[in-house]
Amino acid sequence: MRLLEYQAKTLFAEYGIPIPKGLTSTEIEQGRKDAAVLGFPFVIKAQMAVGGRGKAGAIQKCQNADEFELKYPEIMQKVVKGEKTKAILLEKMADIKKELYLSLFLNRGKRCYTIIASADGGVEIESVKNQIIREVGLGDVDAKTAEEVAHTMCLKDKSAADFVDILQKLSKITTEKEAELAEINPLAILGDGSVVALDGKVIIDDNAMFRHDELRRFQEVSDLEERAEKSGFSLVELEGNIAVVGNGAGLVMSSLDMLSDHGGKPACFLDVGGGATTDTVYEALTLISKMKKVKGILVNLYGGIVKTTTVATAFIKAYEDKVLDVPVFARMSGAEADKSKEMLKGSRTKMFDTVEEAINAAVMEVNKIG
Amino acid sequence: MVDLFELLIGKEGDADYKKKPVIIQGITGKFGSFHTQQMLAYGTNIVAGVTPGKGGQKFEQTPIYNTVKEAVDATGAKISVVFVPAKFFLEAAIDALEAGIKLLIAIPEHVPIRDSMKTIELAKKKDAIVIGPNTPGIIIPGVMKIGIMPASPFKPGRIAVLSRSGTLMYEVSYNLSLANFGQSVCLGIGGDPINGTPVIEAFDRIRNGANIDGVVVVGEIGGDAEEMLAQHIIDTKFDKPVVAYIAGRAAPKEKRMGHAGAIIYGNYGSSESKVSMYAKANVPVAKRPAEVAMLLAGKLDIKGRIK
Repeated sequence: MRLLEYQAKTLFAEYGIPIPKGLTSTEIEQGRKDAAVLGFPFVIKAQMAVGGRGKAGAIQKCQNADEFELKYPEIMQKVVKGEKTKAILLEKMADIKKELYLSLFLNRGKRCYTIIASADGGVEIESVKNQIIREVGLGDVDAKTAEEVAHTMCLKDKSAADFVDILQKLSKITTEKEAELAEINPLAILGDGSVVALDGKVIIDDNAMFRHDELRRFQEVSDLEERAEKSGFSLVELEGNIAVVGNGAGLVMSSLDMLSDHGGKPACFLDVGGGATTDTVYEALTLISKMKKVKGILVNLYGGIVKTTTVATAFIKAYEDKVLDVPVFARMSGAEADKSKEMLKGSRTKMFDTVEEAINAAVMEVNKIG
Repeated sequence: MVDLFELLIGKEGDADYKKKPVIIQGITGKFGSFHTQQMLAYGTNIVAGVTPGKGGQKFEQTPIYNTVKEAVDATGAKISVVFVPAKFFLEAAIDALEAGIKLLIAIPEHVPIRDSMKTIELAKKKDAIVIGPNTPGIIIPGVMKIGIMPASPFKPGRIAVLSRSGTLMYEVSYNLSLANFGQSVCLGIGGDPINGTPVIEAFDRIRNGANIDGVVVVGEIGGDAEEMLAQHIIDTKFDKPVVAYIAGRAAPKEKRMGHAGAIIYGNYGSSESKVSMYAKANVPVAKRPAEVAMLLAGKLDIKGRIK
């Protein structure tokens, strides 16, 4: 789960990491009240789970009420890299002297947490220069390590002390909340030498959420995704018009790639999980039927243990119940494939021996519908 | 370091050569019991099950114990396959490793990362191997399967398959089998960001196997396992053919594609980055699963000789 900036900052505040004064709203009426409390000038920041907001105009300075009336609705409407604005954070401007970079992330290769820090922050991590990298194991970052990092960054006096404190608190967040990433960029040194988190990005391990009811308040899933999660599916919505369904994340990704290679546009990624039963496939088809953009469904199931007839039964039921009214192009390997073909004869589900054939047919037919 | 093949099949002359005893943790669950039957049917020597509270009972012919320690004491098994729900995985893994299990196959998906890391840390101390979590397991075609893979895609031979995805391991192996490239071992790395045996370690564990003519590595977007492997192949001058496949070329950035580990940040984890590193290591990357066998056929003749 990726927290939005204001959510990450709520966590920061709870752990005592300094943040600028700010208020969050989702409607302009509340925004006006927040503006009155904060007082002009301030920054209007779109809350969305994506980087590069500044460049895209989703973060703007606001000097007075006239500007506010123009910019608040504009930023509320913003879409950056497909992500919509979820809320608006109004935040007091800081007197920035220098911008630093700081993050703790789960290092997959080394299988431990790793600090990345730099005295040259404020840009995306790929462009952060002079990165200081320290592997820190599974536990909390101790004072000695934090001081060494501060020293390497040439921080002095109050700035150094503040930095050490913030790094240790950030490390506490990663271990206690089981974060895969906790990033502050920029971490700003102000005119008086104090250090403040101007932005925040925290990604929590979804698999550990059962131990963190206190983080549920930040969880925001679409109805569709929630239903998928309940069924044990993985669903990612995409822009196109052909839904891609399969069992196993790798197989669905692979089908997505091949569909794109053949000029098809995937509408979603749907992994029904390792096994496939009549019920899971029926539920998958039901979920897809809620997506209006879908003009056809590509199904790629590697059966092995699963009988294809089990799956074919789900298609037949979905047509009977009128859950399904778009064509299905299916490749299923596994037992009883011939029997399945017989069962589906005359229905709008076409069975193919290879996924390549299913994809060709899907792209041709969906393009024909337009 | 413990040797993977020795744990799995042992040495010729061993009384239990190719019949190494295996324990199933979570044998009475729906998933565990189904796959126990499948494994038994394949010829895997399952000697005990573990389900706390059900000690003394039997699953078909197999005795059940309350703890792994009791099961190990009774059978001498060094291999355990874990089927418990993700929430209880850490407990089950500690139980196994403390009892002397040397090869732990961690099937469950959705294990919290910190639990995986704790398991791996303990396994290192105990000189044990963890495969997974979120893995289909390992199969030595014709000999044994310890995991949840179907039997039909695999056939005995001399190609090693390492895969970060379960169903793609089946799909690619099926295509290899059709092209008469049988497999000596197929090992599921697991779809999580943290793996008990990452690709590079798995590669080192199988590379010197006497019965390997070539290696197929099935990867996906996310992380840098493929990049590291490519560099490792260059550094260690591995001279047998390696062919790769990478799923997720068409995936958007910063979206988790089903597997917890399949996510791109910036360029980190992207397919382009992996393909370009593989190119440096002279590892061709197939565009689709069926192409893997064709690329391998370009490097090996049917007798397994390098062309």
